[in-house]
Amino acid sequence: MNDTPTIGKTLKALLYLAPALLIIGTFNIYPIIKSFLMSFYTDYDYFKDIVNERGLSNYSYIFQDPEFWLSMKNTMIFVIGVVPISIILSLGIAVLLNQKIKFRGFFRTVYFIPFVTSVVAVSIVWRWIFHTQYGLLNHFLGFFGVSPIKWLSDPQMAMPALIILAVWKGLGYNIIIFLAGLQNINQQYYLAAKIDGASSWQRFKNITVPLLSSTTFFISIISIINSFKVFDEVFALFGGQPGPANSAQTVVYYIFNKFYGEWDFGVASAAAYALFIVIFILTLVQLYVGKRKVNY
Amino acid sequence: MQREALSKGFVYTLLIIGGLLMILPFVWMISTSLKAPNEVMIMPPKWIPDIFHWDNYVTAWTMAPFARYTLNSLVVVIASTIGELITTILAAYAFSRINFYGRDIAFAVLLGTMMVPGEVLLIPNFVTLANLGWIDQYEALIIPWLASIFSIFLLRQFFLSIPKELSFAAKIDGCSDFRFLWSIMVPLAKPALITIALLKAIGSWNAFLWPLIVTSSENMRTLPVGLTSFSTDAGTMYELLMAASTMIILPMIILYIILQKYIIEGVARAGIKG
Repeated sequence: MNDTPTIGKTLKALLYLAPALLIIGTFNIYPIIKSFLMSFYTDYDYFKDIVNERGLSNYSYIFQDPEFWLSMKNTMIFVIGVVPISIILSLGIAVLLNQKIKFRGFFRTVYFIPFVTSVVAVSIVWRWIFHTQYGLLNHFLGFFGVSPIKWLSDPQMAMPALIILAVWKGLGYNIIIFLAGLQNINQQYYLAAKIDGASSWQRFKNITVPLLSSTTFFISIISIINSFKVFDEVFALFGGQPGPANSAQTVVYYIFNKFYGEWDFGVASAAAYALFIVIFILTLVQLYVGKRKVNY
Repeated sequence: MQREALSKGFVYTLLIIGGLLMILPFVWMISTSLKAPNEVMIMPPKWIPDIFHWDNYVTAWTMAPFARYTLNSLVVVIASTIGELITTILAAYAFSRINFYGRDIAFAVLLGTMMVPGEVLLIPNFVTLANLGWIDQYEALIIPWLASIFSIFLLRQFFLSIPKELSFAAKIDGCSDFRFLWSIMVPLAKPALITIALLKAIGSWNAFLWPLIVTSSENMRTLPVGLTSFSTDAGTMYELLMAASTMIILPMIILYIILQKYIIEGVARAGIKG
């Protein structure tokens, strides 16, 4: 069969692609460019889409805005809090689930449940669990002699509360990906190691971890990027506030505030692009480190 | 042998404790949603209420226009899922079965744009919709979500795994491209399509930031947006808040438990390919 591109085929393909391209072009590709341009609009009438003035002042504004740096710092703390804990826990659970155990499917189902639920609704449930006086968490911690913690009203505790919620919510997804990765490891490695008398910890350290590194790499990228975009949890957990004394103000919350609270589209676009660049750089760093460290 | 039994016991204990931590919030949510107001704020907490107050659900449902929120959510979920399936099938077919000029570049560009966080698109999309006069309309909630690069990618991979000989045979039999796609490719790709539809439906039902921004009137709110405004009104009436949360959470849990095979396999496949 001769299968080379022709004008006829291209026209036919365009017909098939038209609906998707119309939507993606309008709502995915155009806004990437438009957002970049908007970040330089310093005087803008969005109703009439008229730009009166362009300049760099949106960027200089956010880089001098302590609130922007606070939101960057909070987001970093959130990322550093969530990603390692979530990866270690989910890897551990995935390894346990990968053994010859009964009810494996049942456990897998249970761990994945939080992932399919509405972030907003579960955040409201957790708001109740974090309740200082009558919350379930403080009640349990009380068994260990911990005095009631003001999870949602103490600026020191708002971020830990957010991290707990995010780890709980995202664990199931990571477990599924880790399980899929584990099933790709040839069982014969384990058998050979067993014959050589390797302990289960040695097998984990010397077979599972290196052979799973591409999966771990993938999960860390996805987790970092998703954690950088945290918003719904913050909004719902603290009732439409970015935490007590802005202690849970994240980058997306900052963008949301500038855009929807202050209607300053230029500054919001500049902040959105700053977020994009951070995510982009992280992806590149991860790709670079990943290429060198990952054993395929 | 004994050591093995011991470690098996250890594995089960850990898994059960972890599993309990996963579902306890939901058990607590449902338990609270059935309590009398004076049973909610007590220490130690009571897990099973004396009388099951199903009327909390009625109270919550009527205290805010939850019927309207549910209707809006259903309209948005159904319309955007069906729409996305159609655009995805057509586009994935072109990318997997038609060799056209610029195909690989176009596909690479699409994949590249997936790296851009949705937050970057938020503001220009809002302006576009405002200019179209669609803010606070169903159009704003549905139309931007009628196509997904991720779904096109997923389905294209599936289509590529269907042998090409099949389409040659169909062509010889005089079957048109379009008929071949709908009567042969689509039925074969049913598992992938169910996965795409389910992930879309769950995502759409749970979506928050976008509906929050493009709706302004109470009548256009979807369930998650309605819930946050209800949570301001209900304040500390946790039995009502938990009843409302249950109404949003439970349908997705049930959907997931019935069709989990497609969701878990889809997530795992997408994860490995990515």
